[in-house]
Amino acid sequence: MVNITITIGLKDGVLDPEGRAIESSLNNLGYHEASEIKTGRLIRFTMNENDHARAHQKVSKMCETLLVNTVIEHYDITIEDLIEE
Amino acid sequence: MARIAVISFPGSNCDRDIITAIRDITGTAPNQFWHKESTMPRQDLVILPGGFSFGDYLRCGAIAARSPIMDEVLEHAWRGGYVLVICNGFQILTEADLLPGTLMRNRGLRFVCRDVLLETHNSDNAVLTGLKEGQKLRIPVAHNEGNYFADPATLKKLTDKGQIAFTYSGADQDPDYNPNGAINDIAGIVSENGRVLGLMPHPERKADPIHGGLDGRLLLQSVIEAAS
Repeated sequence: MVNITITIGLKDGVLDPEGRAIESSLNNLGYHEASEIKTGRLIRFTMNENDHARAHQKVSKMCETLLVNTVIEHYDITIEDLIEE
Repeated sequence: MARIAVISFPGSNCDRDIITAIRDITGTAPNQFWHKESTMPRQDLVILPGGFSFGDYLRCGAIAARSPIMDEVLEHAWRGGYVLVICNGFQILTEADLLPGTLMRNRGLRFVCRDVLLETHNSDNAVLTGLKEGQKLRIPVAHNEGNYFADPATLKKLTDKGQIAFTYSGADQDPDYNPNGAINDIAGIVSENGRVLGLMPHPERKADPIHGGLDGRLLLQSVIEAAS
């Protein structure tokens, strides 16, 4: 078993109005050091698979077919062994 | 008499409005299909209505685009059938890759619900034959994710092949004429064969005198005539 984490964000050059709104709010609160704020989405699940390469291949397919809109989004997959107690 | 289908998904909420508008225009109620159906008899025109299919979960239209009925809708389109997709329907069809580009969150981060002025382009496309080049239509939008986006190569292709059907028009000097920040003011596009029309505004909401205008009805008539 492995733990899968997919991080999805907007590609560079795609307007992120939510990130902009958060940035202006943080700036209003005095956090002027915060800039270039980007928002995204995190999807986590466990997968009945032990081979990381195979897991990566399957998860990439899931991303391309449903989880990610590759017109505007990029994604990053992290795979970790599930430590069973 | 054109065979017209309206597909409903969990969360579709403009299906009744479009059904009423179609019935008013043609005198016959369209056929209705539920997203779980995996067969659909031959149709001349398939309509995906507006709404919030699957609660807009994941991305607007993403889950609906993978519904069982969509195989039939795509096959209908590939066969050269006519398709009209409105608002959430447009989002569903871009997610299904039948129309290029995507609909992003509105630039102003607000749900926008108001009349907009549209300008008709490339009226030689089949679905637009009932409209004149440059014709202005006043039709409402109602959406949170209507900010059309496509990469420069796709935009060039859309322009070169005459696939931009409607843009938001600033002709009446409204500084906020583009309600969502859509790139190149794009409000609606057609497929390469001119038979699939996707647009954010709701023609079914300007289709009866009680709506305060009939511009939407003109648009619907154009699509129905083309498919007949």
